[in-house]
Amino acid sequence: MSILTLTAVELGERIRAGEITAQEACAAALAQIKAAEPKINGFVTVDEEGALKQAEKVQRQIEEGKLSGPLAGVPVGIKDNLCIKGMRTTCSSKILSNFVPTYTAEAVVNLEKAGAVILGKTNMDEFAMGSTTETSAFGVTRNPWNLDHVPGGSSGGSCAAVAANECFYALGSDTGGSIRQPSSFCGVVGIKPTYGTVSRYGLVAYGSSLDQVGPIARNVRDCVTVLETISSHDAKDSTSVRRQDTDFTSALSPEVKGLRIGIPRDYFKEGLNPEVKEAVLKAVKVLTDQGAVAEEFDLSLVDYAIPAYYVIASAEASSNLSRFDGVKYGYRAEEYNGLHDMYKKSRSQGFGPEVKRRIMLGSFVLSSGYYDAYYLKALRTKALIKQAFDQAFSRYDIIIAPASPYTAPRLGESLKDPLQMYLGDIYTISVNLAGLPGMTVPCGQDSQGLPIGVQLIGDCFQEKKLIRAACALEESRGYESPALAGELENSWNAEAGQKEAAV
Amino acid sequence: MSKQYETVIGLEVHVELATKTKIFCSCSTQFGGEPNTHTCPVCTGMPGSLPVLNKQVVEYALAVGLATNCQINQYCKFDRKNYFYPDNPQNYQISQLYLPICHDGWVEIETEAGKKKVRIHEIHMEEDAGKLIHDEWEDCSLVDFNRSGVPLIEIVSEADMRSADEVIAYLEKLRTTIQYLGASDCKLQEGSMRADVNLSVREAGQEKFGTRTEMKNLNSFRAIARAIEGERERQIDLLESGEPVVQETRRWDDAKGISRAMRSKEDAQDYRYFPDPDLVPVVISDEWLEKIRRAQPEMREEKMARYQEEFGLPAYDAQILTGSKHLADLFEAAAAICGRPKEVSNWLMVEGMRLAKELSMDVDEISFSPENLAALIGLVEKNVINRTVAKAVFEEIFKSDVDPEKYVEEKGLKMVSDQGRLRQVIEEIIAANPQSVQDFKNGKEKAAGFIVGQTMRAMKGKADPAAVNQLVKELLSQA
Repeated sequence: MSILTLTAVELGERIRAGEITAQEACAAALAQIKAAEPKINGFVTVDEEGALKQAEKVQRQIEEGKLSGPLAGVPVGIKDNLCIKGMRTTCSSKILSNFVPTYTAEAVVNLEKAGAVILGKTNMDEFAMGSTTETSAFGVTRNPWNLDHVPGGSSGGSCAAVAANECFYALGSDTGGSIRQPSSFCGVVGIKPTYGTVSRYGLVAYGSSLDQVGPIARNVRDCVTVLETISSHDAKDSTSVRRQDTDFTSALSPEVKGLRIGIPRDYFKEGLNPEVKEAVLKAVKVLTDQGAVAEEFDLSLVDYAIPAYYVIASAEASSNLSRFDGVKYGYRAEEYNGLHDMYKKSRSQGFGPEVKRRIMLGSFVLSSGYYDAYYLKALRTKALIKQAFDQAFSRYDIIIAPASPYTAPRLGESLKDPLQMYLGDIYTISVNLAGLPGMTVPCGQDSQGLPIGVQLIGDCFQEKKLIRAACALEESRGYESPALAGELENSWNAEAGQKEAAV
Repeated sequence: MSKQYETVIGLEVHVELATKTKIFCSCSTQFGGEPNTHTCPVCTGMPGSLPVLNKQVVEYALAVGLATNCQINQYCKFDRKNYFYPDNPQNYQISQLYLPICHDGWVEIETEAGKKKVRIHEIHMEEDAGKLIHDEWEDCSLVDFNRSGVPLIEIVSEADMRSADEVIAYLEKLRTTIQYLGASDCKLQEGSMRADVNLSVREAGQEKFGTRTEMKNLNSFRAIARAIEGERERQIDLLESGEPVVQETRRWDDAKGISRAMRSKEDAQDYRYFPDPDLVPVVISDEWLEKIRRAQPEMREEKMARYQEEFGLPAYDAQILTGSKHLADLFEAAAAICGRPKEVSNWLMVEGMRLAKELSMDVDEISFSPENLAALIGLVEKNVINRTVAKAVFEEIFKSDVDPEKYVEEKGLKMVSDQGRLRQVIEEIIAANPQSVQDFKNGKEKAAGFIVGQTMRAMKGKADPAAVNQLVKELLSQA
């Protein structure tokens, strides 16, 4: 067994036991990045020097007994929309291609305190707008399970990097499914916590009322351990919630007896790939076999979720992204004639087509005369969706659904028809609109060998119920990892030879 | 002008609140720091930064709302006003549109035309923008974000005012009220109070409002009064010549005494207001509101009444003293120390006002220690110095806040009440002026005055005038 196939928690244990050093772990991850990146392109920035330096420091602190947490010394990839002081943060956009933040996002600060070693910044859809990581200004990220397919998005870089063993876990962000959908496509575990659980301070905003930072990892234990580490009340974020129940690892046991599961009938209708449907229903059966009780029900308003989401998220985005104007930081057009021309050219050249589309959409729905018809109506829809979930959770502990109607599409297929791409978010966006926690766990593969994830949805602050169910699901299946990860690893092993610490 | 016109005016008043830190971050609000030294990721609009509301801003806004008889929205929200400008780092201003903190209030004003109520449409909280500095030499513009995020309240009146006098009375009313609350120093020149004037004219008797313009860049009461007169005339001229008034924003140039159009309604921006998702609604509990209500200080009207009742001050004096919170504070502090409110009032009203006028100072700029004025009053009372000397000492206190006891000692200004020395001086003067003695004996009372004057001069003004008078008369009769 090599370092790379260890889970984050296992690696942390070995590092604390003195069997592996943080530097060795970091070097192994960097070597894997070197080997895999030409194919995957999961990272926008790799900070080799900084990571090795940090690993050395962390190793010393572990030896001095100053760091003893489960993630101390474990290398991580951070989605490129989370600010890190001194490290370029681009949001995969040309407009921020030269932006170096002066401060670090709170979620990352929490990881740093726990002794994380940051390898670099992972690729994403530009400003998290997209479901394939193809809208990045730094090239597409490819799915480690099949390089002709997308990893999903927008946290595609984080999910692909975790699946390709380039890092032991990663942080992502989820505004409409951006953690859960790519986790499903890449066969990894991802959690979007209850809105307000992880501080948004330092997360470059897309749709502020929907954005949440969350962990992506190879298994449930890793994912939950990271969630516990990054969750905190933050006085710098007004929407941060003061929770006393963030000891999420205490729920790491497969106890599902009597668990009431709701299966939203509308989520299993036409449009859902039969293989995905079968795998998800099989997952339900795994849980009912262990004593859970499942029941179909009608979750109304499903059809309204996508329009409501795209109105609200785009409206907020149109305002959030107005600060990127070429005045203070970021990209500025080289030639311009006066202030307004500079604004126009910098933004026209700096933003990609999908971002422009959403800025225009958002500006439109907020304009005078349209505000009531679109934005207010969308907010009312959002409130009704929350009500529908409230009703459902009076009867069920968790809701089980697919994370996406299909498995990872081929590269280039999705962007041709944006509207079709938006419809692909159908199972994930309601969760953001209602502020609920959602989690994706691998539950099978399609006939092409592409991973399928099952989505577990809980009521606000009920992550622990999801975690118990996720543990039960994980136990019932053997661990799979993409062929590519192993392939790359073998080639690296051959190259690196002695350097590898055999454990 | 054949027709009679009525001017209709409404005001938008921005007031910078006196909080120590900014509205959404903990940067200092202090005026005049080196450019971009009171800044952080939040007030410079860095990606990923988030606003957190300063509670003190809400408390000041509530205090002003309560003092202006407003209804309070105990559930209020912040909205984003979207527009691109380089002094606005996020390219949106966080303000309140849909649910402002206060609404439907009024204040009473008094002018020569009598008393009237001016209604307040709403008061909302918002952030100030940074400052642009245009470097003509280098042909570039620089931005200073020190002011970015300084808390403001905007007080929007109804179109209830009909003259410049009423506008000034309304602004003075707001200014004293807010100063009394300690919510702002309200200095127009420094921009901590700024007023935009919405003005239209209509024929007398007409019910419908005319088309209004908005006037900006008004930095003093005088400029406001002039701008109102100017705009009224301009609009009447247009109407008289059959031209329409264009709804537009105009900028007043006080040096030239004219205004220029800045932008018309056609190019008015669509601000695309929507609730700021980064901030949670502000919920003001009954308890919180009650706490603010109980903590409201004594306002001007109450103070004015109390000064007349408790200290027996004339109504006029009480009005002047309470016209500025600063002056009232000075008065009360000095009165409390020396226990002679009437004396303190007299000094401030007579000598204080005279000097302020002479030095063209605003009463808010008067700054000397109440202890020194109290001590001066003590010196006069104990006959240590006479009134003439005291006036000179007061001037020194007023100008450079001297300690009167030390000053009198150092300058040797103590009154000479040594009867022996005084008698000797008077005897000498009488001896040197036999004609005056003769005149006195012939019944010319004036002659005594001459001797008194000579004595005072010889004593360099330090003699007790009462003692001199008495002694001169005594000695003249004996001569």
